Amino acid sequence: MNISKARESATDFVEKVGRMTVVGVEEIGNGGFLVIESIYWIFFGPGLKQPVRLSHVVVQMVEIGVKAIPIITILSGTIGAMLAIQSIYMLRIFGAESQVTYGVAFSVVREFAPLITGILVAGRSGSALAARLGTMKISQEIDALKVMGINPVRYLVVPALLAMVVMVPCLTMFNMLVGLYCAGLYINLDLGISMAAYVEQTIDILSVGDLMHGIGKSAIFAILIGVIGVVNGASVTGGAEGVGKVTTRSVVQAISAIIFTDMIFAFIATQS
Amino acid sequence: MTDEPNTVIEVENLVTHYGSRKILDDVSMSVKEGEIMIIMGGSGSGKSTLLRYMMALEQQTSGTIKLLGNDIAKLNQQEMFNLRKKLGVAFQGGALFSSMTVGENIMLPLYEHAKLDMMTMEIMARMKLEVVDLAGFEDLMPSELSGGMIKRAAFARAVVMDPKILFCDEPSAGLDPVVSSAIDDLILKLRDAMNMTVVVVTHELESVFKIADRVTVLDRGHILFIGTVAELRNHKSERIQNLLNRRPEENTVDPDEYLRRLTGDEIRGDAIL
Repeated sequence: MNISKARESATDFVEKVGRMTVVGVEEIGNGGFLVIESIYWIFFGPGLKQPVRLSHVVVQMVEIGVKAIPIITILSGTIGAMLAIQSIYMLRIFGAESQVTYGVAFSVVREFAPLITGILVAGRSGSALAARLGTMKISQEIDALKVMGINPVRYLVVPALLAMVVMVPCLTMFNMLVGLYCAGLYINLDLGISMAAYVEQTIDILSVGDLMHGIGKSAIFAILIGVIGVVNGASVTGGAEGVGKVTTRSVVQAISAIIFTDMIFAFIATQS
Repeated sequence: MTDEPNTVIEVENLVTHYGSRKILDDVSMSVKEGEIMIIMGGSGSGKSTLLRYMMALEQQTSGTIKLLGNDIAKLNQQEMFNLRKKLGVAFQGGALFSSMTVGENIMLPLYEHAKLDMMTMEIMARMKLEVVDLAGFEDLMPSELSGGMIKRAAFARAVVMDPKILFCDEPSAGLDPVVSSAIDDLILKLRDAMNMTVVVVTHELESVFKIADRVTVLDRGHILFIGTVAELRNHKSERIQNLLNRRPEENTVDPDEYLRRLTGDEIRGDAIL
């Protein structure tokens, strides 16, 4: 009796793992297809009289980008100062505080700016995208679009994706500036290095490659956030509770995807 | 000699599944031009499903659906877009876009499909709102409207392109008798004014007797009856009479079977409340 129960729970477990794997692979496939379909509509939409409207993209850009500026400013400033504090603490062990600019410049530009921006946009806009599409699906608004002969990917998804791909790198650049500035303020206070010297040193240290590393990463994050939000929103079942679930799910998945991609990107980009 | 009206919707041997569950089984029916066809049946009979397939929102397992002479499974994307412009749909919950005003909702199909200037589109939207007695409400958001007003606005949006076929999903569900009668009048008005073919899914008997030219009765995925209202009233089948007289089905209960259903094959006791 006990053995058969144990066997049953073991097969249950294997079955669950199998199912989850299939669902996971299916979702990744859906995401990939969505990107291809979006590119299709951008280029072939106008010919099919289904253009992606610039006004929709601009509305999304304001929503995703412009409205995120205050919170990005606060967080990137805080993180810049925090990095300066920690770096000085660590470098003091070797008596090398004056080299703090190296640590701060590299960490902000290559790592923290894209990462924090990505996580913030995932929380603000990725979840909103999933919730919006999910609500539209359960209230049959997506069906309504389809029967009107309006492709939902072209009408709803492409503007949001395009806006993400443009705005997340922009926010990242802004994040870099504010982060570096606030780090400089703290360094100026603590070590008495003048702002002018700090700025000059930062410009010396950073190369275009470092900037591209950070900005390139953020563009990939943007696609991840958008696609994960859309795939989750489109998979809603089960009313309002379902919308809540996919919203949470999209944030967790987007942040996880960002962190994994970040590590892989950093590894690949530093080999050579 | 009178011309036989064209057949605008033709469903042949339609079989559909939801997952592994069969929903529609060998359904065949047709709707003629200018006709009001009502699809009725109890809950779970597959009537809303049939409508979804007619609107080309799902892929059938087998069988063909022809709208205005086009087999919808064989149309390419562009032909499908063009066909869609000739269809109007009033959804059960209205399905108005909650981020747009009522006027913008109604103008959206025009904006996407017709090359008109804003003024013309606004006038056309107002004309349609006038038809559904919602004049002056174009600047409100859908969340500011009552249930009946949302349904009427959805009608206005459905007919703004002057479609050849109008689909209505439960137009009077959840409305008080006066409003639901007004919606019936609206359907008649739209048909008479624009010679639309109208397909209505409903289980409101009053609507059926008031507006239907012909009725299709579905029961558990099968066609039980197709014919005129008079034929429906006089039909001998017990199931149809039950449906018309609001009598619950009297299933003979087998005590053993009943007990087995209640206790299940195996009591798991793992429901979480």
